[in-house]
Amino acid sequence: MIGRILIPVLSGTIFGAGLALGGMTDPARVRGFLDLFGDWDPTLAFVMGGAVLVMVVAWRIQPRLARPFFGEGFTLPGTSDLTPKLIGGSALFGIGWGIAGLCPGPGIAALVIEPASAAIFVVAMLCGMLAVRIIEGAV
Amino acid sequence: MTLPGFPDAAPLAGLAGGVLIGLAAAIMLLGAGRIAGVSGIAARAVGLSESSLPRISAWAFVTGLPIGAFIVLLAMGGLPANFASPVLLIIAGLIVGIGTRLGSGCTSGHGVCGMSRFSQRSIIATLTFMVTGFVTVALMNAMGFEALR
Repeated sequence: MIGRILIPVLSGTIFGAGLALGGMTDPARVRGFLDLFGDWDPTLAFVMGGAVLVMVVAWRIQPRLARPFFGEGFTLPGTSDLTPKLIGGSALFGIGWGIAGLCPGPGIAALVIEPASAAIFVVAMLCGMLAVRIIEGAV
Repeated sequence: MTLPGFPDAAPLAGLAGGVLIGLAAAIMLLGAGRIAGVSGIAARAVGLSESSLPRISAWAFVTGLPIGAFIVLLAMGGLPANFASPVLLIIAGLIVGIGTRLGSGCTSGHGVCGMSRFSQRSIIATLTFMVTGFVTVALMNAMGFEALR
């Protein structure tokens, strides 16, 4: 119960608070960072830097644990396979990120800040995910 | 505090928000043994991913995101929110949904969790979406396209 529900809801809540505090739920802030050749706003680099710093420490702790504090084992992605699909998908994601200044986390978190706009983005995003699912299922 | 040369930047709030995001990801990793990758977890919540993450856990995480944002919204007494037009939001949302599934992650999974693990594929994925993000905004600006109201 703790590992299945409380830990994820606690993590999601702190995550959402961090996104909002760091300004990431404001697409203008995110697009300001992506406007490298214009009126550049480096705030997102501080957000990313702070998050990565904490996680570097967490990744140093992780191998020393036989299992997570509230779970049976670690379920972590492999780290090797570098495919055209990964690079092409990431390239596409960046284009969408640039167009509206939203990625999945801030889109979902912003549902309580600008509900109508965020909902349009999130529903469209889920449709995009569904499209991949359908195409991959057909191949 | 402001950054010399960047009057609009919010470095301290950004750093504090980033530390919270890192803590959240660390809680997910060390507490539940999972990666806090939002695109994958959201796909799992709505049944669009075969991940072994229980769907109840995926919903718990996804539900937390707006709760956390709401707490900050109340504490700050309002937050800036400049969104694109509905048409642009639909186009961007579709591309983000397709791209994050094909690319196996987004800013959180690759950018925060993967880069901090020094995962080669996550570092390359992050560089890739940052470069295409930079180019997209630069092209839209060059065409005189105002994305945000």
